[in-house]
Amino acid sequence: MQFISYLINGISLGSVYAIIALGYTMVYGIAKMLNFAHGDVIMVGGYMVFIFMVNLGLPAIVSIVLAMAVCTVLGIVIETVAYRPLRGAPSLAVLITAIGVSYLLQNLALLIWGSTPKSFTSVVNMEPLRLAGGQLVITGESIVTIGVCIVVMVGLSLFINRTRMGRAMLAVSEDKGAAQLMGVNVNGTIMLTFAIGSALAAVAGALLCSSYPMLLPTTGSMPGIKAFVAAVFGGIGSVPGAMLGGILLGIIETLSKAYISTQLSDAIVFSVLIIVLLVKPTGILGKKISEKV
Amino acid sequence: MEEMLSVKDLEVSYGAINAIRGVSFHVDQGEIVTLIGANGAGKTTTLHAISHLLNPKAGEITFCGKPIQHMEAHQIVKLGLAQVPEGRRVFASLTVQQNLELGAFTRTDGNDAIAADYEMVFARLPRLKERRRQVAGTLSGGEQQMLAIGRALMCKPKMLLLDEPSMGLSPLLVQEIFNIIRDINKSGVTVLLVEQNAKMALEVANRAYVLETGSIAMSGDAHELANDPKVRTAYLGT
Repeated sequence: MQFISYLINGISLGSVYAIIALGYTMVYGIAKMLNFAHGDVIMVGGYMVFIFMVNLGLPAIVSIVLAMAVCTVLGIVIETVAYRPLRGAPSLAVLITAIGVSYLLQNLALLIWGSTPKSFTSVVNMEPLRLAGGQLVITGESIVTIGVCIVVMVGLSLFINRTRMGRAMLAVSEDKGAAQLMGVNVNGTIMLTFAIGSALAAVAGALLCSSYPMLLPTTGSMPGIKAFVAAVFGGIGSVPGAMLGGILLGIIETLSKAYISTQLSDAIVFSVLIIVLLVKPTGILGKKISEKV
Repeated sequence: MEEMLSVKDLEVSYGAINAIRGVSFHVDQGEIVTLIGANGAGKTTTLHAISHLLNPKAGEITFCGKPIQHMEAHQIVKLGLAQVPEGRRVFASLTVQQNLELGAFTRTDGNDAIAADYEMVFARLPRLKERRRQVAGTLSGGEQQMLAIGRALMCKPKMLLLDEPSMGLSPLLVQEIFNIIRDINKSGVTVLLVEQNAKMALEVANRAYVLETGSIAMSGDAHELANDPKVRTAYLGT
């Protein structure tokens, strides 16, 4: 029973990683860049929810929607100001810029909100579920997080495969030039990708801070890096891969915390990544490049 | 005849290298014009500059009287100037049908009109119909070329830029592709054809330009050029 409880916690943590990893993997797939500032957008999302919900007393759901709006704008601004001028620049320049944006956001947050942790109030107001005569307790946060993750996954798959803009995203991720020749606005598509990723980051921030209720300017950086690992683990550029990678990572992390060592859990997580990449360099669901010319 | 595409004093450079040095030519409505030349003469660069996949350094490009050299690539497609790029560049992980749908990306004239054009493309390229649910990456080279052409037709172009459609295809398929190009032209689409296969290109075209290291070396009636001794030795090998 203990094991099932750990497993559910792992899936819940993994769901947060998965939602963050989607942002990484979509941006990588479309713009072929690693947006290391993505983790810090989560942090901004967390603070926004905190301001709207705790300071202004708005309902949780309204606060999250407002935080999503703020993060969407933030994502678009980052893309337009920092990354767009570097389109066509060497990828190393883009990578360094992304790291710069990440530190910029962290330090701005430090300036605005200070270094004292804020204790976050959960956005979930739901009784824990007690199963098996009270032996298995599932928190409301876990249920909501897993539920949101499923909704996001289904919604995003439908968007990508069923809509015109989603099809344009697939085209851009495969061949930017050819997509342009079809009349796809590549810059617009990249901007849309950043917007979606950043809105999801706000959701992830709210869920993350509800389960681990301490909000700091560095709150987003570790989950951001782990979600990046999850995206690589699942196969970067692949949407189902990010989901699978995120959830597996959450489970591995929680189980190693429970059964092996709390301190070593991160080391174990990253070791698993190294092993997976040694065996399958493209990640679990990574695209095999087989093209007939 | 009305002028459809005009390129004046086009210059394109890759860093310090001037790939195109003052190229001028024009294509009239209803024509097939070919741009022939050796590897590295600047044929593909010229087409990329017209579609604005790269930024020309200088020069003027007009399409149907509109200057387009400062427009973005996706806006140019909307005007009805489509390109079938070198190496086909079909979306390999998508199906034939999905590739064609992407071709119709800019269309706003309703589903019925688009559906009618699928039938038009399938009638012209029947092999695509058999394979419509197949993933494009698994098609043969000739089929991929047909898909690239069909995809470009789906945007209802006034003019088609074709970049090396014969590349890597067997002689029989090359013949088939050129017949298709002739058919498309007959249906009212103006064609600018870039080719290394000068013999086939001069056979199908009305007029031709010979591009040599970034500038136009010769131009004129395609049949006359095909009989020109210089062209014969340099490009036709006879």
